[in-house]
Amino acid sequence: MILSLSKDTVTVAQEQDVVFLKNRVKEVAVRIKMGLVNQTRLITAASELVRNMMRYANGGKCLIEVVSSGRNNGVRLTFSDSGPGIPDITAAMRDGFSTGKSLGLGLPGTKRLVNEFDIKSKVGEGTIVTIIKWANG
Amino acid sequence: MSLNTNQLLKKQKKTILELWMKNQLADEGLREDLISNDELRSQSEELIEALVGNLSSQNVNDLNSDEWSPVIEILGGIAITRARQGFSPRETGNFVFSLKEALLEVLKREITDPQELFKEVLKISRILDNLTVVTFETFIKGREEVILRQTDEIAEISTPVIRVWDGILALPIIGTLDSARTQIVMENLLQEIVDTGSSIAILDISGVPAVDSLVAQHLIKTVSATRLMGAECIISGIRPEIAQTVVHLGIDLSNIITKSTLASALAYAFRVMRLEVKKAAATTNTIR
Repeated sequence: MILSLSKDTVTVAQEQDVVFLKNRVKEVAVRIKMGLVNQTRLITAASELVRNMMRYANGGKCLIEVVSSGRNNGVRLTFSDSGPGIPDITAAMRDGFSTGKSLGLGLPGTKRLVNEFDIKSKVGEGTIVTIIKWANG
Repeated sequence: MSLNTNQLLKKQKKTILELWMKNQLADEGLREDLISNDELRSQSEELIEALVGNLSSQNVNDLNSDEWSPVIEILGGIAITRARQGFSPRETGNFVFSLKEALLEVLKREITDPQELFKEVLKISRILDNLTVVTFETFIKGREEVILRQTDEIAEISTPVIRVWDGILALPIIGTLDSARTQIVMENLLQEIVDTGSSIAILDISGVPAVDSLVAQHLIKTVSATRLMGAECIISGIRPEIAQTVVHLGIDLSNIITKSTLASALAYAFRVMRLEVKKAAATTNTIR
């Protein structure tokens, strides 16, 4: 079972908020004593997702949580937007697939960087991506 | 606003101004270092003129009506200059609050019936409160402009191109690389390559906190552009955690020469240019 220990919501609407969000995520990761490599992975994952949100949905919200499961602590990030949604999630999760001229590594790469990854999307309604990175995982 | 009060205020314009100036000058937040008393007086006079001139019985409740726009314009202008001059929000707010006090003082002197007085005070309060809100909105907008200008400045100054050796350029990147910054970095670098006739450029990313796929894409583009100009581009300053993250993301940087430190990138550049760095042979003249 995963318990949520603290909650914090950051609204992302413009380019400057991206840096702010990354700093917040870093703060939380440092607080639960996450190692440097895992911190960097988490921040990079957050950076990928928030860029997607900015690019395709013009911003959205990110919920930052400290979660605990047994003896393991971690950070859970929930990115939700009300953008156009992703019509084909299977394709979007494939390496090199992009509708927007990028490298197409954002979503699949993020999945490899974190411990748990979940994506839900409805065309016309928006997308919700949830990731968890354990402090020592 | 009843017709009487309008006329009353119009007649008492001078008194209001005097009272208001007295209030402002007595306030300990008065910033004589930022604005002279004469200037303050002319600002105040202009505002009262517009305010009293535009009072009518209909427009009390609706600040969006056209009749208010001259007042809001003047007030907005004052607020924005104050934000730029470095006034604190409290000092800016007091400018309007002290006007309210002066107006209420005049009403108290002139209207004797308590019922009537209360009614008029309420109306004046509503107008002035609205104007205060407008002042703050503009004030904050002014401050935001200052911040935006600084952001632009940071982007300008944070991308220096350094000539470390004849034919070798180094470009330390600090902070997050977004599209706008990459553009500046690329322009500066390419221009400098032409100006100095350099054949090797070193991009040092020690100061970049995280490399995600977008940053990587920007780096790859910069390297390709440099190569098109006939120069070689080395990326240095890749820290262990960055290396692991890049591998996990699945970004292919194998076509790019990468080094862990700026020193090793420089050493590589020397090798490519067939330069040798040697310890000087000890001579008899060496200072001990």
